[in-house]
Amino acid sequence: MWEYTDKVKDHFLNPRNVGIIENADGVGEVGSLACGDALTLYFKLDDDGRIDDVKFQTFGCASAIASSSALTEMLKGLTLDEARKISNDDIAEFLGGLPKEKMHCSVMGREALEAAIANFEGTPVEETEGEVVCECFGVTDIQIERVVRENHLTTIADVTDYVKAGGGCEKCHDQIQEIIDSVMEKEPVPKKKQTRLTNIQKIKLIEETLEREIRPALEKDGGNIELVDVDGNAVYVQLRGTCASCRLSEVTLSEYVQAKLRELVAPELVVEEVHP
Amino acid sequence: MKMVYVDNNATTQVASEVFEEMSPYLTRYYGNPSSMYTFAGQVGDKLREAAAKVADLLGAAPEEIVFTSCGTESDNTAIHAALRSNPDKRHIVTTRVEHPAVKSLCEDLSKRGYRVSFVPVDHKGRLDLDYLYDHLTDDTAVVSIMWANNESGVIFPIPEIAKKIRDRGIVFHTDAVQAVGKVPIDLSSVPVDMLALSGHKLHAPKGVGVLYIRKGTKFSPFLIGGHQERGRRGGTENVASIVALGKACELAGQHIEEENTRVARLRDRLESELLARIDKASVNGDVKNRLPNTTSIGFDAVEGEAVLLLMDQIGICASSGSACTSGSLEPSHVLRAMGVPFTSAHGSIRFSLSRYNTEEQIDHIIEHLPPIIDRLRKMSPFWKQSQAG
Repeated sequence: MWEYTDKVKDHFLNPRNVGIIENADGVGEVGSLACGDALTLYFKLDDDGRIDDVKFQTFGCASAIASSSALTEMLKGLTLDEARKISNDDIAEFLGGLPKEKMHCSVMGREALEAAIANFEGTPVEETEGEVVCECFGVTDIQIERVVRENHLTTIADVTDYVKAGGGCEKCHDQIQEIIDSVMEKEPVPKKKQTRLTNIQKIKLIEETLEREIRPALEKDGGNIELVDVDGNAVYVQLRGTCASCRLSEVTLSEYVQAKLRELVAPELVVEEVHP
Repeated sequence: MKMVYVDNNATTQVASEVFEEMSPYLTRYYGNPSSMYTFAGQVGDKLREAAAKVADLLGAAPEEIVFTSCGTESDNTAIHAALRSNPDKRHIVTTRVEHPAVKSLCEDLSKRGYRVSFVPVDHKGRLDLDYLYDHLTDDTAVVSIMWANNESGVIFPIPEIAKKIRDRGIVFHTDAVQAVGKVPIDLSSVPVDMLALSGHKLHAPKGVGVLYIRKGTKFSPFLIGGHQERGRRGGTENVASIVALGKACELAGQHIEEENTRVARLRDRLESELLARIDKASVNGDVKNRLPNTTSIGFDAVEGEAVLLLMDQIGICASSGSACTSGSLEPSHVLRAMGVPFTSAHGSIRFSLSRYNTEEQIDHIIEHLPPIIDRLRKMSPFWKQSQAG
């Protein structure tokens, strides 16, 4: 059974703004029957260019319906420029979070919104251009690149959770990995997330940062570091190799390790050394 | 809110007679059946009684029964044993619609140097027997084919297949987890070498299963340890659950007639009423050759998880072959293997009944499911197309 928040359940059981707008200003259709979910979004603008009415039709699971409903609530009264700024993460956050495997539902919402705006403006949707990487779900390289960049995704499984790519025959896994690698090369630093981290997310992010950023730097000098425990904002680590005997280890910890973790994970973290 | 449980292919409620029979073995009779004193010996006697009851249901001999921890362990043990007793053979034949207990194992073995042929099914979920027989070779170590499919309920012609495989001298294993207790099984006339069953599918608790091993079949244990189960499975026996399974098999034998009459009629009424009341609904699988308790119905233009969660709101417990409920992105491998169109595969719901279901419960589903489908379809962008098409 999926762990849905009360807000997801509410928007699924009592979806807002279901329906069609006959003379809509913008209509966005994304998804397909084959993919298992699809969303058609309609909006109508008022004289000031603000979204006056918005409706949706969705075929899909509970979180797809809830994401669509949430999106329509978020859109009311916005100008198109404001609407454009809504990210898939915003939709998920509005709902109090979505199970990781269901993040693609929030991405579908964002895609439908973009398609509807493009439809209004008469411009092509960027993402449908690109080259199809995942044939099973018809996902392009541009879509994958974007979702990796915007959500700091690091694994193929993440990409599958967010845009479904790679969730079918798996033949495209190498290509997805290449896209992830190229994005990480351009932006190796996982950007500090604005959203509040849960304990598990925090621990994971600390581990990732140690793994990707800090350990390689220490290893260059023959040192190493191990994560021992995380308790609240206290991060307990053990220094290894040359670091363990280095007189400057305290400086390493506060000036480098703690600074990095504060930058990339959470500013309130305090790093403490545990002696073996 | 009353609950209507129609997910008995997932698991079943423990029969009260079964619970009564097992509970003294969780409290008073805690002796280890391997010990030497009377206090333990009476436990050993009870295990032998349980084996006899299981054997009775299957038309087997008690010494051909090995108790395991679950159906998956039984399936894994059988296939590994067959491979180990044929070390020079590297080919396995199974089907595209097996339970993961067999399917995932075979996929894993295919990465470890074995060649696996997956026999396809047609649009009604019936096995392609020509493909099966054409793919038996001198290199084939084992054939593993389920007796009945858990999702569609389709029954495979195991008596016929078993004879053909025996004539080729190949080890034949069948996963009968869904079939035992629902359809008559007589291993005295059906030459399968190994058969797996699971307690919790027939009103015994979870955590106990059986592997039937025909006398004379070459075997090597999967769990290596003590001399329990005549050296065929190490590990102290799960006494209470084994006693429970014995009782459950005895009851299953008594109720098999009811499964095929009263339960089948309930299922048929549920199915025909839903098809009559809901437009664009179709049954997945061969209705002529099906478990008496199972129906899988595809509803066009809706998604299964949404249906399940709305049914949950009114106490109906069923399951779905849809992608979203499984954590994967594609509809179940069974529905895909059958070529069920996407329009209905994503909206397929499986109802699996038991002898504990009543007419009133079926009425509850018949009354409340149509408005749920209607509500989701009104929300679905595909419903208009589907109606037109």
